[in-house]
Amino acid sequence: MKLSWEIALRFLKSSRAQTILIITIGVSVQIFIGSLIDGLQVSLVDKTIGNSSQITIVSADNKNYFENDDELLNKLYKDEELTAVSKNLDSSAFLTLDDETYPILVRGMEFEDANKIYNFDEKLTEGSIPSSNKEVMLGKDLVEDLGLNIGDKLELTTPAGSLEEVKLTGVYDLKVKAINESWVISTLTTSEEIFDKKGEISSIETQVKDVFKADETATRLEEGLSSDLVTVNWKEQNEELLSGLTAQSASSYLIQVFVLLAVLLGITSVLAISVVQKSRQIGILKAMGIKNKDASLIFLFQGLVLGIIGSILGACLGIGLNLVFSNFVTNPDGTSLVPFFLNYTFVGISILIAIIASTLSALIPAVKSSKLDPIEVIKNG
Amino acid sequence: MDDILKLKGIDKIYGDKVKTQVLFNVDLNFEKSSFNSIIGASGSGKSTLMNIMGTLDKPTNGDVIIGGTNTISLNRDEMAELRNETIGFIFQFHYLLPEFSVLENVLMPYRIKHGRVDKETMERAKYLIDMVELTKVKNNLSTDISGGQQQRAAIARALINNPDIILADEPTGNLDSETTDTVYKLLREINDEFKSTFIVITHDKKVAEKGDRIIEITDGKISTDIRKYVR
Repeated sequence: MKLSWEIALRFLKSSRAQTILIITIGVSVQIFIGSLIDGLQVSLVDKTIGNSSQITIVSADNKNYFENDDELLNKLYKDEELTAVSKNLDSSAFLTLDDETYPILVRGMEFEDANKIYNFDEKLTEGSIPSSNKEVMLGKDLVEDLGLNIGDKLELTTPAGSLEEVKLTGVYDLKVKAINESWVISTLTTSEEIFDKKGEISSIETQVKDVFKADETATRLEEGLSSDLVTVNWKEQNEELLSGLTAQSASSYLIQVFVLLAVLLGITSVLAISVVQKSRQIGILKAMGIKNKDASLIFLFQGLVLGIIGSILGACLGIGLNLVFSNFVTNPDGTSLVPFFLNYTFVGISILIAIIASTLSALIPAVKSSKLDPIEVIKNG
Repeated sequence: MDDILKLKGIDKIYGDKVKTQVLFNVDLNFEKSSFNSIIGASGSGKSTLMNIMGTLDKPTNGDVIIGGTNTISLNRDEMAELRNETIGFIFQFHYLLPEFSVLENVLMPYRIKHGRVDKETMERAKYLIDMVELTKVKNNLSTDISGGQQQRAAIARALINNPDIILADEPTGNLDSETTDTVYKLLREINDEFKSTFIVITHDKKVAEKGDRIIEITDGKISTDIRKYVR
């Protein structure tokens, strides 16, 4: 066993680096492409649903509002799967300016919680987040359309018909025009007062740890809710995106399978050549009495060593390529086109598969070597 | 004296469709510690005979009995073990492993059997290397020494397991006459010291005459079998 190991290492030392190269390139391509697609997926998901509610709890019937229940909220805060929980009191209203009215949605939030979802600190382009009563912030597009300035007084008409005056303190940009044109964001108390809905909320927005399990988490949450509340999750709202992501994953797997196949063929052929190259040595070892099992082990060990070295080198190269790609292939504003993303499990699995594959593909030459008759070698000199 | 190697009624036929018989009913016994030469023209079947004696090839008919064991009944692994323990090969070409040093090559048959090299064996290997005068180059790769040195290294390797039988097929075929003499002197010394049985195959009469017993093979049959003197 130990001898087979040593002979395998010696054979490898004296052989060319081409096998390692094949494995290295194969694994690096696999990790590069895989990570790239993963990164793309993560960034796509992050860009589309990263700054929005992933599971929203709303009223089941047409009532729109439900009781601001501390018990329920505390339960949600403690839920391990939820990374953000934010209650809102939303109501549609009209913004009146120079005799023109604009339909808007007034959203009352507690910013401490809401920032975990919307990250207003970063999305704020001007002014400050509303802090005291009757202060609001508007989206960039609406502010530009109406030519408003920080500090302006705005008039809101509520569905009940009352007229409320609020002060513009900030401008946000959530990068979605529809939102930027309609959301008037304020504190929860402001919303309560304007719409006269003290102690009521319209929705609880949350974000989850694993976005792809949002539907499962939603189902679980719903079981703990009273019958007049239901959940809505991003997956049911974004079927198109979801099917796109699934297709992307499938194509990524397909690419990886073909890369793996190429690597496998490469290793098998190089090791098969190695048996031919080393047949004289194997023959003489057999004449000296090495057993078939040990002769086969020589090639299995070669496959194993090639697999380990090649896949680790390949992993390093693949990760390096990824770093280079994410640092040098950038958007005009300098942010990377596909952000660097590394899934350690994926890298580990890739390495493991390459090692197993190269060991398995060494089976063919191993069997070949065990069938080699020493007399062939000695006769043919 | 006991016979260490017995051949009984050996036939060897090559080919399936066109059959070529190379050996015809060969009976041969070799005594322990004897020094034998087998001589024959090329194509006479002497190399085939040696391969059969060394269990590298199987006879079509007949028995090969090595140290009391009939090899016909052994499977490949048992055969390999027997070969490893009782037979040392010296071929016309040295067949050293080019990836290993002289010392490692010499130790190889021992390591195939035992895996690990103990101190005693290491001493023995060094002694053998000293005997074949390779001490200076013992750590060289086997490709980094001269042809004569390589053949001597192969001899040391054949001896490491202290085999009962040493089969040598044209051991000096690739060497000049001076080196040939040295190698034969060495083989005789080893025969004296370790009491191994030597069976040397050659086509060269002068070389054959260095043996105590000369067996001549002609067309697959033993034509003459001369013992120079009984030891």
